[in-house]
Amino acid sequence: MSTLHPTSGSIPGHADDHHDHHDHHGPYYQSKGSFWTNVWDWCTTVDHKKIGVMYLIAVLIFFFIGGVLALAVRTELLEPVRTVAGQVTGQFFKSDEGIGKGNEIYNRLFTLHGAVMVFMVIIPSVPAALGNFLLPLMLGAKDVAFPRLNLLSWYIYFFGSMFAGLSIYFGGVDTGWTFYTPYSTTTDPDQSRVILMVLGAFIMGFSSILTGLNFIVTVHKLRAPGMGWFDMPLFIWAIYATSIIQVLATPVIGITLLLLILERVFHIGIFDPGLGGDPVLFQHFFWFYSHPVVYVMILPGMGIISEIIPVHAHKKIFGYRAIAFASLGITAVSFLVWGHHMFSSSTELAATIFSALTFLVAIPTAVKVFNWILTLYKGSIAMNTPMLYALIFLFLFSIGGLTGLPLGALSTDLHLTDSYFVVAHFHYVMMGGTIIAFVGGLHHWWPKMTGRMYNEFWGMTGAILVFIGFNVTFFTQFIMGVQGMPRRYATYVDTFQIWHVVSTIGSYILLVGFLVHLFNFIASLRGRVAPANPWGALSLEWYAASPPIEHNFEHEPIVKHGPYDYGEVVPFHCSEEDYPLADKPAGASAHTVH
Amino acid sequence: MSTIDFKPGLIQGGRAPGYETYKHASHFRTKDEEFDACKTGMWLFLATEVLLFAGIFVWYSIYRMMYPDAFRNGSSYLDWRWGGLNTVVLLISSYTMAMSINHFQHNRQKEARRNLVITLVCGALFVAIKLLMEYIPKMTGWHFDPTMSHAGGEALTKFGGLFYFEQGYGGKLPGILFSYPFATDPHENMWWSLYYTGTGLHAAHVLIGMALIARVWWFSRPGVENYGPKHYTGVEMAGLYWHIVDLIWIFLFPLLYLIH
Repeated sequence: MSTLHPTSGSIPGHADDHHDHHDHHGPYYQSKGSFWTNVWDWCTTVDHKKIGVMYLIAVLIFFFIGGVLALAVRTELLEPVRTVAGQVTGQFFKSDEGIGKGNEIYNRLFTLHGAVMVFMVIIPSVPAALGNFLLPLMLGAKDVAFPRLNLLSWYIYFFGSMFAGLSIYFGGVDTGWTFYTPYSTTTDPDQSRVILMVLGAFIMGFSSILTGLNFIVTVHKLRAPGMGWFDMPLFIWAIYATSIIQVLATPVIGITLLLLILERVFHIGIFDPGLGGDPVLFQHFFWFYSHPVVYVMILPGMGIISEIIPVHAHKKIFGYRAIAFASLGITAVSFLVWGHHMFSSSTELAATIFSALTFLVAIPTAVKVFNWILTLYKGSIAMNTPMLYALIFLFLFSIGGLTGLPLGALSTDLHLTDSYFVVAHFHYVMMGGTIIAFVGGLHHWWPKMTGRMYNEFWGMTGAILVFIGFNVTFFTQFIMGVQGMPRRYATYVDTFQIWHVVSTIGSYILLVGFLVHLFNFIASLRGRVAPANPWGALSLEWYAASPPIEHNFEHEPIVKHGPYDYGEVVPFHCSEEDYPLADKPAGASAHTVH
Repeated sequence: MSTIDFKPGLIQGGRAPGYETYKHASHFRTKDEEFDACKTGMWLFLATEVLLFAGIFVWYSIYRMMYPDAFRNGSSYLDWRWGGLNTVVLLISSYTMAMSINHFQHNRQKEARRNLVITLVCGALFVAIKLLMEYIPKMTGWHFDPTMSHAGGEALTKFGGLFYFEQGYGGKLPGILFSYPFATDPHENMWWSLYYTGTGLHAAHVLIGMALIARVWWFSRPGVENYGPKHYTGVEMAGLYWHIVDLIWIFLFPLLYLIH
């Protein structure tokens, strides 16, 4: 790779003389020697960029596994009765007595799809992968506050996922990803699969806590000189709000899963009605973590959209402070609404209070959406893949958010609870929101991360396929849900078959869309070399080289303008001819920073 | 952070002590910034510890309300004197830990290290009392008796009378292992599950805290002296952790031992 960067190119035979020079000024992923030297270097690196890339690779692998599980679920549902899953995947899962049945395998498939996608993909996707790479760059710092702790987080995540993988190897679990008692305390009593899976989630929780802790301290202590709190890019605000939730909510799931393991092993009785315990208490504990974590999943996605829209619309973000405070507002409200997952199992008074609190979430969320739309208004919109994804996000996330209202209202929820309407709703938010933002962000920062430009045509093609596939897959599920199709059933009445078939076809289109992106990204690694600031953006990460050097910046940047001051400042690495939008470049030269 | 300047002394071998030569990590601008970052991080971590134990406290509150008799019976088997002694032991250790930090800040290496050792001894004493005086007798019926007064008597003894067996006392174990024959309430085993989970989780934290303090003690040994007026981050962090461990016990003690 180094030959592509003339400044760091080496003369054969003289590499050693310049060793130091290359270490500090070449791209961060520059080869350090032989293959095994490089492997060791990556395994022991404390560079936030490399750790971010390692998270990214792991997340993409798990996304593939979770996606395959989803496709298996969809394929099974092509027909109302016959269980394809039993025949096809019976070989894959170790089939001891009783597991060979198709329905039970179906239960395992959707459980593992949920568990893998939530704990191993969505939660670490934006904060741990993109966040690790970008947070110090956007703050103008050399690294996160605790680089070794950062590496430890990665290894904890890795070992946690190994436990989960071991559980899958032994046959997986069929408790649903929420591990509700008594499923999780009574199924497979002679097996350790549930314990392994729960232990995996427990361990991964520590990774989440330590990453959040690291990011909070980094934001507090390592902002570049001149960068006040309201000079930070909104992605940082979103990551900061996310980190608060990670730090404050994850310990609760830690103790919950620990108690669940003790319940399984020693029958301590806390969640077991037979021993005087209460299984609904598990739901309270679980959702006290898992509802805030819904915002761990969506807030960073919102942060990405807050970056993509002003950069590619070349316009100052509308309502900067409103968006920043909306992130914190969502964080605050997120801790008060866990009860809405238990409307049908709680008292009327509690359900009414939680319902009312749930509607509060709509306020900061809508503030963000309106501000993004107003940023687009009269902007100079560049229609490229990141922007297309931002628009897709706005469309899908709005549907996801608005369909949350009938679920938050008690009377309609009792009709819709545990139906495909719920499934469609959270896929519109989690996938239509977070994953769409994640893929959009991946395109947006791909030049920075790899130093290469992806192909715009194939990027747009993939985005359009994903958009079509997504809606075909999940909009049908809204219709089924309203008509009464319950979730988590392998068999169903014949009237739903047409919707299930359409939904399954949609999921295959979705697969094609993601494969187009995958090949586009792989092909881009040999594609056009990216300039330092391909989009003409103003936030600090674009002031670093593409890809950044090991210490991110040649000199510590000094911030003299805001991250969205379009029309006032000519972005670094851009000339005024490149950037005709700058109305008044006088005084604010292209080299304001440095 | 306030640092107090002392004349740089030399330790054996003519080297400057570790706290003099300490260089902060390169991504921080100053040593103070690094110290502040560590302290912020540690406080956040302590918040997570509180939330972890919150699960135990919620468990206690709910089931105490549901099964007051079971909790009252169970609690009556705990001797407040052992719990009280352990509270005193932990409070003393918190004091010596705080003193140790203070001594390091004033470069009194010997006193600082002595306080670390007292802290460690207190930690070990806490775990020993917990095990010998509370867990083992309740679980097995074997009592620890350093006076060996039961040697040669009617009771079954072990190790020359160091332990004696009391029939019908043991079996107060968590969950499915519970086999105490004289329980009067069907939910008493949940009390014992709560007792062992709560205090066991706390004891695990005591051990982790002791490991952190032992690490500080090792790196402050003569000839290394990593901690002193200009650099005491590690001691301060271990101290903060030790105090939260103490604080959690301050809540566990009355809930489990004193409320009847």
